[in-house]
Amino acid sequence: MTLPEAAGLMLAGVARLITGAQGHWYGAPPKAEQRIYFANHQSHFDWVLIWAALPSDLRTVTRPIAARDYWTSSTLKHWITREIFNAVYVSRERSADEDPLEPLTEALRHGDSLVIFPEGTRGHTGDPAPFKAGLYHLAQAFPEVQLIPAWIDNVQRVMPKGEVVPVPILCSVTFGAPLALQAGEDKRAFLERARTAVIALRSVH
Amino acid sequence: MGALRSLSVTQQVALLFVVLFGLLSIVTILAFTRSLRDRSDVQRSDHEQFKRDLRAVWVGAMLFWVAWVAGGIVSTLLFGLVSFLALREFVTLTHTRRGDHRSLLLAFFVVLPLQYAIVATREFNLFTVFIPVYVFLAIPVVSAFGNDPQRFLERTAKIQWGIMVCVYGMSHAPALLLLSLPDYAERGAFMVLYLVAVVAVAQIAQEAASRRLRRRPVARAISRTFSWRGWLIGGAAAAIAGGLLYWATPFQPLAALLMGFIAGASGTLGEFVMKALKRDAGVRSWGGKASVTGAVGLLDRVAPLCFAAPVFFHSVRWYFGV
Repeated sequence: MTLPEAAGLMLAGVARLITGAQGHWYGAPPKAEQRIYFANHQSHFDWVLIWAALPSDLRTVTRPIAARDYWTSSTLKHWITREIFNAVYVSRERSADEDPLEPLTEALRHGDSLVIFPEGTRGHTGDPAPFKAGLYHLAQAFPEVQLIPAWIDNVQRVMPKGEVVPVPILCSVTFGAPLALQAGEDKRAFLERARTAVIALRSVH
Repeated sequence: MGALRSLSVTQQVALLFVVLFGLLSIVTILAFTRSLRDRSDVQRSDHEQFKRDLRAVWVGAMLFWVAWVAGGIVSTLLFGLVSFLALREFVTLTHTRRGDHRSLLLAFFVVLPLQYAIVATREFNLFTVFIPVYVFLAIPVVSAFGNDPQRFLERTAKIQWGIMVCVYGMSHAPALLLLSLPDYAERGAFMVLYLVAVVAVAQIAQEAASRRLRRRPVARAISRTFSWRGWLIGGAAAAIAGGLLYWATPFQPLAALLMGFIAGASGTLGEFVMKALKRDAGVRSWGGKASVTGAVGLLDRVAPLCFAAPVFFHSVRWYFGV
């Protein structure tokens, strides 16, 4: 076993000890198909939680999106995101001739699965903010990739904004049925439908 | 029974584990043969519930065996881990706010390890006052620094109560293990086994009794099944179980009966309180199934022990005057 693999196992173990990291699958079993998971975003811990809730063989092919300027700023951050999570780096400043989704489409062409938080930023408690258009463009470009909504519950209590040490509180990730872009569906309508699908998972038991 | 009492410690332990695992095996085999029959859905769901409970008992028995083989320090660590998981479940149920973050960190990462460290060093005087005095004064201070006056007393009380049940109560089990009684050195594991056995018997007997009796519940809003007669039957069953185990304890036969009653009856009262707590949190029952937050009902299973352990521990200390 290599060092990143061991570190990854340890991290997943710690995440489970602290949050339980229970994955509930409704509508789609955990399978090694190419997927885009999209979820509500409340805490830095969100990605780790989804990642720990996935079965271990899916973890290696499921990648997070990381802001290049922040996650490559120190050697440790860079090492964690590159070696353990195999993150897809995106730059936050947009230059005119560059497509900001280019790294994501590149990863999807390779056959990797992605986890994205379409709200763009960490929200407060309550309903998630309106979704950004990226999800729509990806759905358009890759119609064969499954879009799986996910609701992350309780995580804002584990690590509120501004805190660094997580408190042990049980969290769960509820994965829903796959969503598909319908023929001729309007961008705004699709994004709203996706957002509703995420919110609907909150009350699934 | 005299012959049993004159056996060496290792022989007695071996006997206890042979009996325990033997009984469990028989019950498991019976349950398996019953599962082969064709039955209605209600019976099937009852059976699923029973299977889950049985699995929990197996896990518990294995834990005890490991604890016995590995010795006092490892079993203290094991109880510490169970304590951690129970407290995690408790905190998940209560509505804490952002301002409680630091107090919760204190509870999980300072108070819990310290309490078990104190147990391991057998400082029983400090062990008894550490949480009810020092921690209970420290928690509100840390919470107040969280700068959030909303429902302050309620939040603080909830955290303190969680520590009281999950850490303080639970830590009395390994304390029993390490308590040195006159003429009873290195046999603490029996005391824990005795405690767990009588508490479990009381719980099972009470539940079976209230199902048969259908008495008027004492507090309908909290529990539809808890009745005084059911409680007494639970306590009496625990007393009998305690009496049967007397050869493995340092007690006289009559004292073994009485201790069984005290531990069993306080355990079922603890279960009752836990029901009130769950009602308050809006959870009806985990029923062994994972709830949406992933709570798996560990708290349900250890709460009677957490209530019975301190009562039993102090009864023993008082009885022997140590």
